[in-house]
Amino acid sequence: MDAIFQLATANLVSPPVLFFILGFGGALVGSQLTLPEAMAKTLSIYLMLAIGFKGGVALAAEGVTLALILALLAGTVLSSLIPVVAFIILKLFSNLPRVDAAAVAAHYGSISIVTFVAATQALEGIGLKPEGYMVAVAAIMETPAIIVALLLARGVRADVKRKSGDAQEGLLKEVLLNSSIVVLMGAFVIGAISGQPGMDAVSGFIVVPFTGILCLFLLDMGAVAGRGMTQGASVLNLRLIVFALIMPFIGACMATPLAWLAGLDAGSAALLLTLAASASYIAVPAALRIALPEARPSVYLTLSLGVTFPMNLTLGIPTYAAMATWAVGG
Amino acid sequence: MKTFKKKQLTIICELPLASRVVKTLTEAGVTGYTQFDAASGRGSEGEWNRDGLVGTSGRMVMIVTILSLDEADGILAQIYELIEPQMAIATIANVEVLRDDIF
Repeated sequence: MDAIFQLATANLVSPPVLFFILGFGGALVGSQLTLPEAMAKTLSIYLMLAIGFKGGVALAAEGVTLALILALLAGTVLSSLIPVVAFIILKLFSNLPRVDAAAVAAHYGSISIVTFVAATQALEGIGLKPEGYMVAVAAIMETPAIIVALLLARGVRADVKRKSGDAQEGLLKEVLLNSSIVVLMGAFVIGAISGQPGMDAVSGFIVVPFTGILCLFLLDMGAVAGRGMTQGASVLNLRLIVFALIMPFIGACMATPLAWLAGLDAGSAALLLTLAASASYIAVPAALRIALPEARPSVYLTLSLGVTFPMNLTLGIPTYAAMATWAVGG
Repeated sequence: MKTFKKKQLTIICELPLASRVVKTLTEAGVTGYTQFDAASGRGSEGEWNRDGLVGTSGRMVMIVTILSLDEADGILAQIYELIEPQMAIATIANVEVLRDDIF
């Protein structure tokens, strides 16, 4: 318990998290703080590029290992199973219609790449450096949840496929090729090819300013999450908020035995738990607007962006780090 | 000056749907269109502002195209089928253009 408390305190007073809290708190009290959209997009591409490149360079040093294959497998299994668990919980304990429950389940099965970036930084800060290949695990976990959730949504809605069949054409390709994943995986491959000499050439751009840029990005994300929470609060009830706070820990608990079985080190295990706990709010909403247009964005976006994302960033990541350390050893 | 009667089709939809709208127009033989970014707005899901969004979901765009009178009905039917379940609106207006041959 002491370990969790120390990790949580260290995380909460780190500059990125404090800037996030500033943005979030500012939005809650009505501040109009925001970065221009083009700027936010540039910062996010920078973060994907930097984290992908660093992962690739680490992979070049480590080589392809069995743990990498097992971690990819664990990620795929988690992204497929978590939506089913989330869907069952929502059907049992909330009054959400089936299509909304399936949409929310897709978000919780998929991952938040920003949470992944913040967790990588936070874990390195407490001496739990994850393996470079976790970048590939993050990328592979984005899509399976969407497929599973669409199957869940269609359980009683055979007409969903018919009605939106044309619109869904090419949808999974779009998810797989969304700009975050292309930059993340592309930079990962470039990092793996160029190795340490490549890193030496660009470290002034990729390593040194990283935390500062993460602060700026999370300040904006905090404001976006805070506004999302304020605007979407009317569609939420206590049961949904409890779901958004508890479901990440259920995902992390599901990931714990898999991290152990895959033989991951504590840092990579903590990252796998964080990925399992995180909920998408960029790639999945865009896909679901096409695939499940009847589902309400105000419900799934408010839960994943307004409730789960801030919780993961502040309390979740240190807890997952402590869980992973306990499960696989420090 | 001589003008020619045409139909102007305007579709306001979410950005993730825009490429599909354009594909439908192109496959129906429409040769040109213009897409505009919207800055902010309000709809059934509440207010939105482009600077406050993450990702493309909820971000609205406007697609404008000019159609000849005889093709307008068929294209409108196809567009309606595509956008009917989505967050989108389509309007059609009578307009006059100066050059008949390019629409």
